[in-house]
Amino acid sequence: MSETSPAPVGLGAIFQNFLFIGATSFGGGVVAYLHENLVTQRGWLDEEEFLSALEISQTLPGLNAINMSIIVGDRLRGSAGAVAAFLGMTLPGTLIIFFLGVLYGAHGETPLVNAALDGVGAAATGLLLSVTLQLGRKELGGALDVVLAIATCVAVAVLKLSLLTVLFTIGPLAIWIYRPRPSKPPQA
Amino acid sequence: MSKLLDLIGVFSLLSILAVGGGVAVLPQMKHETVTEHQWLTPDQFVDLYSLGQMAPGPNMMMVTVIGYRVAGVAGALAVTLAFFVPASLLTFATSRVWTRFAGSPWRLSVQRGLAPVSIGLMGAGVVAIAEVATRTVATIAIAALVLAILLRYRINPAWIILASGVVGAVTLQAG
Repeated sequence: MSETSPAPVGLGAIFQNFLFIGATSFGGGVVAYLHENLVTQRGWLDEEEFLSALEISQTLPGLNAINMSIIVGDRLRGSAGAVAAFLGMTLPGTLIIFFLGVLYGAHGETPLVNAALDGVGAAATGLLLSVTLQLGRKELGGALDVVLAIATCVAVAVLKLSLLTVLFTIGPLAIWIYRPRPSKPPQA
Repeated sequence: MSKLLDLIGVFSLLSILAVGGGVAVLPQMKHETVTEHQWLTPDQFVDLYSLGQMAPGPNMMMVTVIGYRVAGVAGALAVTLAFFVPASLLTFATSRVWTRFAGSPWRLSVQRGLAPVSIGLMGAGVVAIAEVATRTVATIAIAALVLAILLRYRINPAWIILASGVVGAVTLQAG
């Protein structure tokens, strides 16, 4: 990518590209598909820009893949680019799941479909657990992080506290624990 | 009409509470749709989550189907917009001013503090699905096998999801 002014990317190209990612990213982990496409193949972002967008996507609420598409679309072509990327990313999945949902409404109670979905549900549990463990291994820096993660999990899963309550108690507490502290005493 | 308003209320709140991604709101979504509003049974909720695994794109697109089941096409549209637009607008606005906080030490505090909270919420999301999806020896075995495979090998989970559907259809039919 040139240092000065990269050729502007058209709205159509943004929409098509995200439509392609949205239609082909099977199996979750859309962020990996995004990296492959945006950084490696298209060169629309360099590594640093990608990581900076990912950092924002992960910190803010919302699905990472959708937040990524909005930030990248915005960087490439302003608000219209963000809308184009968002629509491209969400349309294929929404249409396919809508179609599957209608089929499920019609055939969801048949034993064969039920059994197949039970298999998928069990696999989805294993998949979700593996993603959580792998992310935990990467993100949890020490014993304190592990305690915070377990406390959050127990508060929601065992104590059945509402998400709102948990986010507004453990969230600020965790941020306060990691509050900025001068590494050296301030020089007065 | 009141059903549509209920759907919009529930899913727009979930949208802005989805710290760390969609999995974080699974327990609350299950509570709202199954216990609170009784739009779905626990099994239907997990069935829809499972259906979502077979579609490409971001996880959690299955919220569209929840809306459809409750209030038809209008419900599908309402839920899709309610669940995706609020968080998206927030991201859009915040990402534009994000660089202004580049020098703020608090930005790092927020990131470091919220990271373990996100992981904990994901863990609770796993529990919400597992409570329903792994109640029998056979389904526990499938989940454990999938976990072991994915922790050990780099393989696209889509193949495992497909294979599990076939395995389920063949072995899990309850008479």
